[in-house]
Amino acid sequence: MEPVAYVREAPEPEDPPPTLTSGALAWARTNLFSSFGSSLTTIGFLALIGYLLPQLAAWATTRAVWSAMDGAACRQHQDGACWAFVIAKWDYLRFGSYPVAERWRVDVVEAIGAVLIVWLLWTNAPRRAWAALLFFVVYPILALVLLRGSSLLGLPFVDTLLWGGIFVSLVTAVVGIVFSLPLGVLLALGRRSPLPVVRVASVVFIEFVRGVPFITILFMANNLLPLFLPATWAPDRFLRPLAGIVMFSAAYMAEEVRGGLQSLGKGQYEAALALGLNYPRMMGLVILPQALTFVIPGIVNNFIGLFMDTTLISVVGMTDFLEAMNNAIKDPVWAGPTIMVTGYVFAAIFYFSFCYGMARYSAHVERILAKGRK
Amino acid sequence: MSSVGASSGADRNGDAAIRFAAVHKWYGSFHVLRNINLTVGRGERIVVCGPSGSGKSTLIRCVNRLEEHQRGSIVVDGVELTDDIKRIDEVRREVGMVFQSFNLFPHLTILENCALAPIWVRKMPRRDADELAMKLLSRVKILDQAHKYPGQLSGGQQQRAAIARALCMTPKIMLFDEPTSSLDPEMVKEVLDTMTELAQEGMTMIVVTHEMGFARQVADRVVFMDRGEIVEVNAPAPFFDHPQHERTKLFLSQILH
Repeated sequence: MEPVAYVREAPEPEDPPPTLTSGALAWARTNLFSSFGSSLTTIGFLALIGYLLPQLAAWATTRAVWSAMDGAACRQHQDGACWAFVIAKWDYLRFGSYPVAERWRVDVVEAIGAVLIVWLLWTNAPRRAWAALLFFVVYPILALVLLRGSSLLGLPFVDTLLWGGIFVSLVTAVVGIVFSLPLGVLLALGRRSPLPVVRVASVVFIEFVRGVPFITILFMANNLLPLFLPATWAPDRFLRPLAGIVMFSAAYMAEEVRGGLQSLGKGQYEAALALGLNYPRMMGLVILPQALTFVIPGIVNNFIGLFMDTTLISVVGMTDFLEAMNNAIKDPVWAGPTIMVTGYVFAAIFYFSFCYGMARYSAHVERILAKGRK
Repeated sequence: MSSVGASSGADRNGDAAIRFAAVHKWYGSFHVLRNINLTVGRGERIVVCGPSGSGKSTLIRCVNRLEEHQRGSIVVDGVELTDDIKRIDEVRREVGMVFQSFNLFPHLTILENCALAPIWVRKMPRRDADELAMKLLSRVKILDQAHKYPGQLSGGQQQRAAIARALCMTPKIMLFDEPTSSLDPEMVKEVLDTMTELAQEGMTMIVVTHEMGFARQVADRVVFMDRGEIVEVNAPAPFFDHPQHERTKLFLSQILH
């Protein structure tokens, strides 16, 4: 029988765990070969990958047609991709019908935008406040002047009907992302406002936009917006779908942000108030930084959805990248059985790389934010 | 009530820090504060105790208008609390509060937590605010934690940080809402010691707590509340040794085993 009293005389030594728990071998054993069934599945999938991957790689590289003047070469090599088509159409895919002599303006806007976005998003970059100021205030004006033209600077006017291709997709996505988040935050705050007018207006807007398909919103923005505004400043053909996409995305963003606001305890509000912070400072310094951090995955999910939705602006006559690809595929000079597959595979790679980049970046930001707070 | 209590009697009616006069409050139809009359003198330390649901937290939350009363008047440092947001802000600048669940801002370091309100409410330059915050963090003995986030600190350290954060606004009055109730037992003492030091420096304090040792040692007066009303007020020695009201006797017999 065990005695009633016990007093330790020497400390228990700290031993290593009995089995291998770290390293590649241990990982493979627990994740790939933990049982007979899982070993069989692992081997099965490895075999499938081994069979499919070389074929896909050969289709995209060794068997593909890399240079040709027209579709003839591609019609002869039907077992490979026709990259020559994408190369030949590259300028059209990038600029649409933007006048050839003025395309350098798009290049400049894209290059400056890329530099500013990297500066802004690179978490260790110096003086990010400057990047924000340049990107959100100076850059939009610069981009508008360059892309549309200005008689003052001697840049010929280019109607937005001529805009097209990748740069239209990027402009749509950036405008949507930049405007929908702040608008969504305002709507989310409005929905929780103690003022009935503000609350009802926010709820009506959010529920209406969420209850209507995006294409309907686009048609409405395209056809109804001009009716509400004086005829003298009838909104631009491109501005209408932009307004539509911002409205649509903002409604979803608002619900995402509202979720973040609700996940914060009452204590944070009370502590901020007790310190004497007024409403805007309480929200800006204490509540929103936390609420938005909570919902980063949801916000980025909305951004990704928005990026996909840019393809729908073609229904109101804008030529985005996918629409440009559709037009290019119809070119009889390049008619052939491999053209369509190649074109859409390329489009898929384009969209995937942007969206995957956004997802990776948000994961990176979440890791950084999680570090300090355990 | 003016005859009750030993110390700071001179302050009682003249230049009071806080004065409740016939204060009532309801949550829906539930009468949570009933005819509260209490005057807290400058430099006075009041401990409020009572069973849960007795309205003691609600009482002190009315002082900085986290809750609003519906009848009667509350005057804090000469300013009457009304719907006027300017007056509420004025009061909140002078009244510090410490919560049961700390309520530090988890996305800011301890130093940033402390410097936030001086910078944005007092318009203090960041350098001065940081300096002030460091001074107060060293006073509550967690200077070495200044650059950590709240989640990395123990409960006792977090509560002391919360006290430092409130003190950074150099308040005239401090409110404590069960500051040790969510702490592990071994951390209660470090927080109570900090509060005792603060009391010794002459801070006007209202403390809602069940720490009867603290009440006996630090309080000028103990207020016992039950069912939304003040049942008994007295200096700590007579309050604990010779409670008068039956409900006070019952409550004390339940918590002092």
